[in-house]
Amino acid sequence: MRHDLVLRVIAKILIPFILLFAVYVQFHGDYGPGGGFQAGVIVAAGIIFHGIIFGLETTRRVVPSALVETMLAAGVLIYAGVGVAGILLGGNYLDYFVLSADPVAGQHRGIFWVEVGVAVTVAGVMLKIFYMFGGRGQDPE
Amino acid sequence: MAAAVVALARSRNLFAVIVLGGIYSFLMATVLVALDAVDVAMTEASVGAGMSTVLLLAALYLCKGEEAKPVRKPWLSLAAATMVGGVLVYGTLGLPAFSDPDSPIHVHVAPRYLNDALKETGVPNVVTAVLASYRGYDTLGETTVVFTAGAGVIALLRRRRRDARKEDVS
Repeated sequence: MRHDLVLRVIAKILIPFILLFAVYVQFHGDYGPGGGFQAGVIVAAGIIFHGIIFGLETTRRVVPSALVETMLAAGVLIYAGVGVAGILLGGNYLDYFVLSADPVAGQHRGIFWVEVGVAVTVAGVMLKIFYMFGGRGQDPE
Repeated sequence: MAAAVVALARSRNLFAVIVLGGIYSFLMATVLVALDAVDVAMTEASVGAGMSTVLLLAALYLCKGEEAKPVRKPWLSLAAATMVGGVLVYGTLGLPAFSDPDSPIHVHVAPRYLNDALKETGVPNVVTAVLASYRGYDTLGETTVVFTAGAGVIALLRRRRRDARKEDVS
């Protein structure tokens, strides 16, 4: 597939829009359908698309394995961190009301960061699974 | 969808099976849109039709494209599946009618979510409000499950690679 000109050009045009759509799904999740899970999967799909067209090695250079593994844990930590922040600010675990002076704004802020955490973990896991399966039998690393 | 399922069960070519699985997921997503569950439909389309298809294709790349013929006819499995299906259908007879406003799930906490979610969280999408705020613990658990799945894949595949290297050395 490396020499397929049409695929390569189309992929180059499409991937930025896929990632942009993922960002839209992520941040517009408060107002329309969407949210962390969907956005994370769409980000991973865009990068996996890149991996299929340009080869796994190229993608590994763009999105290194170490970054993906960090994302895996960072997402859960962001989510749990929001909960701990609630405790530190005098509320219960995962209590968003205390995150801001205005309780409603606090809720909004809490939901925002929680969704970010979900998206980061989901994207990381999907990419890691793809790297692991795609890399088998190819490189002894 | 029924046609897709029959074709799925009959086909021996794994590539066709994967594509049919993707088609089934997309049809399921349209059903969910028809039921006004847009968030779930989006997840089904992206995870079921997109991501699983890609991962299964990646797995197919590592093995043969044809399913082996079964050694004997799976009559016992068919009987068990039919029986379980029958029991499940029998169970649905006891559920309240579809979109019945007086059914238990619609009179417990759902009215509060629908009426107060915007006021309490400032988030117009009630699904997001319930998912991230009212049911925050559940979603934290789900995220941890996803994380555990990723960690499990890393643990399994990486150890095998290290073992292979050890064998090379010895």
